[in-house]
Amino acid sequence: MSAVSDFPDWGDPNSPANSYRLSQHYVTETIHETSVPNMVTAVLADYRGYDTMFETVVIFTAGIAIIGILRRFGNDDKDAAKPTLYTKKPDLIIDTTCRLMIPIIQLFALYVIAHGHHSPGGGFQGGVIFGASFILLAVSRDLQAAQKWVPEKRILNLAGIGVLIYAGFGLGSLLLGQNFLDYAILHKIMPATPIEARSHSMLGVEIGVAFTVTAIMFSIYSNLASNGSMKEGL
Amino acid sequence: MIWQFDLIILVFLVITALISLSVKDLLSAAMIFGVYSFLMCLLWAGMAAVDVAFTEAAVGAGVSAVFLIATVLRTSRRSSD
Repeated sequence: MSAVSDFPDWGDPNSPANSYRLSQHYVTETIHETSVPNMVTAVLADYRGYDTMFETVVIFTAGIAIIGILRRFGNDDKDAAKPTLYTKKPDLIIDTTCRLMIPIIQLFALYVIAHGHHSPGGGFQGGVIFGASFILLAVSRDLQAAQKWVPEKRILNLAGIGVLIYAGFGLGSLLLGQNFLDYAILHKIMPATPIEARSHSMLGVEIGVAFTVTAIMFSIYSNLASNGSMKEGL
Repeated sequence: MIWQFDLIILVFLVITALISLSVKDLLSAAMIFGVYSFLMCLLWAGMAAVDVAFTEAAVGAGVSAVFLIATVLRTSRRSSD
């Protein structure tokens, strides 16, 4: 507690983190270099693209690990703990509310993903919201209803495609003769100036992140809720 | 930042943290942990870190609370210690 008073004040422009050259460069030059108004997304997806790419890989690996630990094939469901709040009755109020809510949640998720470089949000948040809409479907009906839309095989395909989209943008700039994830060179294959190419590529990698996060979030939920059998949810 | 809001949120933050650590019923602990995440999200938003607040609201208060509840319902409801 005695060390807290030595911290710089909140929002202090002379604090070490704010007066360092690099952060001043981000604050003043992001809009000129990438034409992206939201500098948080610019730092995450462009200047620090490696970090975000391997965060996506971490999410992918976590999902694969949870599938590897929890997923069970076969019918030996006798020793499984039955959920204590389980009721099978369909409920008119819950059904109607969720039928109204889920499209709005998904539309908002797509907005968050597509607008991530202009306003707060991005691939991670939008992907989590999109995955939460499928979780809401699985909670309000049952797991089978949600699995009709995202079956297990499609989940794994989507998660892999997301990582590949991100790595593809990196490899594309590598093939055109620049460093890995240096998006400005992609203007040669996009109808855009180098500055706009960075902005568009950020949108592209956010979409890749969103694919992976959506798939893995629903996969984790369905494995946890069905005790690995993927048959009967909560 | 308005310090009255901050004070109220911080007091509730400490209360929810203590409750979620000490309560025996794991389902209530998971619920209160979601409340903790939401208060944290309000604090981030108050500090104008909207991206972080957004992530905290979506991941912390939304999905991870659901994961915890699903896990509690599939294992044992009460803590043994």
